[in-house]
Amino acid sequence: MFILVVGAGRVGSSVAKRALQAGHEVSVLDEDPLSHEQLDKDLAESWEDAGGRYTVGTALEVDALIEAGIEQADVFIASTNGDNTNLVIAQIAQRRFNVPRVVVRVLDPARAAWYAEQGLHTICPTQHAIEMVERAALGDAQAA
Amino acid sequence: MYVIVVGAGKVGWNLARELLGKGHEVTLIESERRRYLIVEQELEHAVQYGDATELWVLERAGIQRADLVIAVTGDDEDNMLICQVAKEKYLTQRIVARVNNPRNLQHFKLLGIRPAVSATDLILRLIEHEVPQYGLVQLLALEGERLEIIELEVVEGAPAAGRRVDDVELPEGSLIISVLRGGAGFVPKSDTVIQAGDEVLLILDPGLESAITPQFTRNGASAG
Repeated sequence: MFILVVGAGRVGSSVAKRALQAGHEVSVLDEDPLSHEQLDKDLAESWEDAGGRYTVGTALEVDALIEAGIEQADVFIASTNGDNTNLVIAQIAQRRFNVPRVVVRVLDPARAAWYAEQGLHTICPTQHAIEMVERAALGDAQAA
Repeated sequence: MYVIVVGAGKVGWNLARELLGKGHEVTLIESERRRYLIVEQELEHAVQYGDATELWVLERAGIQRADLVIAVTGDDEDNMLICQVAKEKYLTQRIVARVNNPRNLQHFKLLGIRPAVSATDLILRLIEHEVPQYGLVQLLALEGERLEIIELEVVEGAPAAGRRVDDVELPEGSLIISVLRGGAGFVPKSDTVIQAGDEVLLILDPGLESAITPQFTRNGASAG
């Protein structure tokens, strides 16, 4: 599969590396050239030598998305540090470029829930954290 | 009318003041604390502090009963999100979005957000109007209403030059509404003769530009 990851922070870069190691074709787009270090970290060779693609550009710029390969992408992952940016580019990927699988990271549970109802595959780390903390703190108390 | 304005920058603040002056009920939402405190000194309870891309902030402002939501922050993603949520989640009848970067206009359209207003585009059009070295200037385009007004300069030797308005070959759905000559404009009659050097304003159905332009440019006859 060809996977395009937009936003190479902790989540984006880790998913990109795992996907590459699993044998997928992976392209990463980020506006900050420093993010390349996140990709090189823990790899025996550089990201490019390992077979990865990397583009510096703004997620909302269609030219940058095309350069990063959105037209060929089977999977699109929106994982920049902005919820609203992620929600907008995910819809661009889905509606304009017809990417078959689009995954969006949204930190705000309310927005994540509503956009999920609208047909976006949203992942809300905050919601997971809430549930885990709740289980860890109140797990037994709840049962009692 | 109840209007929610998001973003208390120069645009939002002045807009809120104008709307209040016209007797409308207004809530202005600003996410930057210091800016909020400045604006609050003038607008008092008409301004609220918060990030309007958070649904609870919009609900606190009473979005369910808003007749109009205007997003004029300096961030295009935020403006898109606010308008999309207003329109699709809270079923706000009318929305207006500000486009900061004209290159993002395509995204506003893709998400069904209109009207989307770009100050940069408006200023560019005014400049084109003042500096008439461009052949065709689009002065107004109302997509919803399917109405467009353009300005054209009549070139020496163009098919329309020297002809009566009656005799200019224009497609159905277009009309010459004004002639600018020697610094003054007037509404032409059917027997007004169009001269080279005139600037003409036409009202037209969108999409007719390419059929109209050849009448006012030199090689119009061969192109048309």
